[in-house]
Amino acid sequence: MESKMIKLLKYPLFLTCTIVLNVFMSTVQASGGGADLPKAPINLQDTASLQRGARMFTDYCLGCHSLNYIRYERLVADLEIPEALVQKEFIFTDQDIFSQMRISTPKEYSEKWFGVQPPDLTLETRLRSSDWVYNYLVGFYEDSSRPLGVNNTVFANVGMPHVMDNMQKTVSEKKFNAAMADITNFLTYTGDPNKLEREHIGKWILAFLVLLFIPTWLLNREYWKSVK
Amino acid sequence: MTVSANVLAWVDKRFPASKMFKEHMSEYYAPKNFNFWYFFGVFALVVLVNQLLTGIWLTMFYEPSADGAFDAVQYIMYDVSYGDILRYLHSTGASAFFLVVYLHMFRGLLYGSYKAPRELVWIIGMFIYLILMAEAFFGYLLPWGQMSYWGAQVIFNLASAIPVYGADLIEWIRGDYLISGATLNRYFAVHVVALPIILLGLIVAHIIALHEVGSNNPDGVDIKEKKDENGIPLDGIPFHPYYTVHDLQGIVVFLFVFLAVVFFFPDGGGYFLEKPNFEPANGLKTPDHIAPVWYFTPFYAILRSVPDKLLGVIAMGAAIAFLFLLPWLDRSPVRSMRYKGLISRIALGIFVICFVLLGVCGVKPPDGDFIFGLSWKVTGQICTAFYFLWFITMPFIPMFEKTKTPPERLKVTH
Repeated sequence: MESKMIKLLKYPLFLTCTIVLNVFMSTVQASGGGADLPKAPINLQDTASLQRGARMFTDYCLGCHSLNYIRYERLVADLEIPEALVQKEFIFTDQDIFSQMRISTPKEYSEKWFGVQPPDLTLETRLRSSDWVYNYLVGFYEDSSRPLGVNNTVFANVGMPHVMDNMQKTVSEKKFNAAMADITNFLTYTGDPNKLEREHIGKWILAFLVLLFIPTWLLNREYWKSVK
Repeated sequence: MTVSANVLAWVDKRFPASKMFKEHMSEYYAPKNFNFWYFFGVFALVVLVNQLLTGIWLTMFYEPSADGAFDAVQYIMYDVSYGDILRYLHSTGASAFFLVVYLHMFRGLLYGSYKAPRELVWIIGMFIYLILMAEAFFGYLLPWGQMSYWGAQVIFNLASAIPVYGADLIEWIRGDYLISGATLNRYFAVHVVALPIILLGLIVAHIIALHEVGSNNPDGVDIKEKKDENGIPLDGIPFHPYYTVHDLQGIVVFLFVFLAVVFFFPDGGGYFLEKPNFEPANGLKTPDHIAPVWYFTPFYAILRSVPDKLLGVIAMGAAIAFLFLLPWLDRSPVRSMRYKGLISRIALGIFVICFVLLGVCGVKPPDGDFIFGLSWKVTGQICTAFYFLWFITMPFIPMFEKTKTPPERLKVTH
């Protein structure tokens, strides 16, 4: 069996796999949409950052951008924000804690104000990548040729006003970038809120399979050892 | 007799349970020298079961309507308990299915498993591959994302190249003047009912045909030529228990790799789940770059390599049709690559490299550069030429190459 495994390694398949994987990885990077962008400094394990991000999203973004697939109760369950606080500080409409984070601005208004309906952002980091979202948030610059006086480094001729303009002007660049990282972190969470739990389950399943391989390997060896 | 033996005897009088088990498992004699490549058939079965089970569960929460489909998928991802795992098992399963089927087919090419008397095993297998492609295509519309919508749009545009009846045919299939909820509903019906039934029937036929003629092996030797006094092939071994325990360890390794992707890299870097599909379908907004899912890209690259649309569609069809003809194109006196000559080996090597390169071409923008200033478009065209050249030259190769004589008995090393 051992010599068989060594023989296996010699298979040209592995060479082919390596080549395919290499080409594959290079295409992944090329098509990732965030390959040439600076990395977003985010960490899904950092609950405090997620809480700050959720809070800022609610204050600055939720007026126009919904999170249609996230229910307020998840802020309690996943981000450990006390329920009373969510009720008081996060829900501004007549929605209850089990509602999805929808917006109350009618889309006809927003279309009239900004030219387009502001998109739902639940899946934005999956659509464009976390790096893109971070660079977008820190990428506003003054441009008098635009109707709202701003433009963006990663989203040319953006229709959105720079809603964090005041914050950017009053805090240090480091603080501002950290705040934008918090929002990006939160949006990365909303794009796949079950990620950490899934990976936790996954580790146990893979560990189980490693253990399961031992008896199956021994069983196979037992049956085949007498075969000539 | 024990209770279970009594029950079995009762059943056997009315249904050939034991007889079938013997025929297909405990007294089905498989060659002793199966190697690594012989795992992929059983892996395909494992993935099939995964697709059926997760598919049934996804159907419980899915809603096939233009207004509800995208939200229903997100409902599964966000609100259904472990719904994300269910969906990732299914979406990763689609890619895994094609990966193992491609490797399973490569095994056939390597050891000449399509040659007489296994022509029907190969042809039924090719039909399975065709239905699998259809199944993947119809299923891809269901999440109702941007790539779902525009991918289907591209295929419809291709079909419009069919002379005279193209436009009417498309309208009939689409059920509307554009891709709409009507299209989605029928795609759902075809994906969850019609094609799985055909697929299951074909898979049963594939296995029955295989067991009728017996499995080929890496030496391409017919084990039924040498039998002992009981009529059992000397180089054969009962499939059960020997290959069931053998496959079992393979399945554990396969599941490890498969589930590692499901739990840790479900997007597959944007290749298993394409980024634009995280945005709902919008018929008024074309994505910047429409690329089919990776398992279709070799054929998509062949299509793009031909400047004329109709000829391109024909080339794409021919690329698959040629595979059906393999049993008659290969005129070599031996089955296995082990005993064929150098020309056959190099030819197969070039074919495989071209197929993989075509797959890469299919996801690249045509005017981008590959190497040495070679654009992806030209690379695709060269690979397309070699792809077809492999089939066309195959019947003539035996005239120029000397084959080795296969041994009378298998070369078994344990």
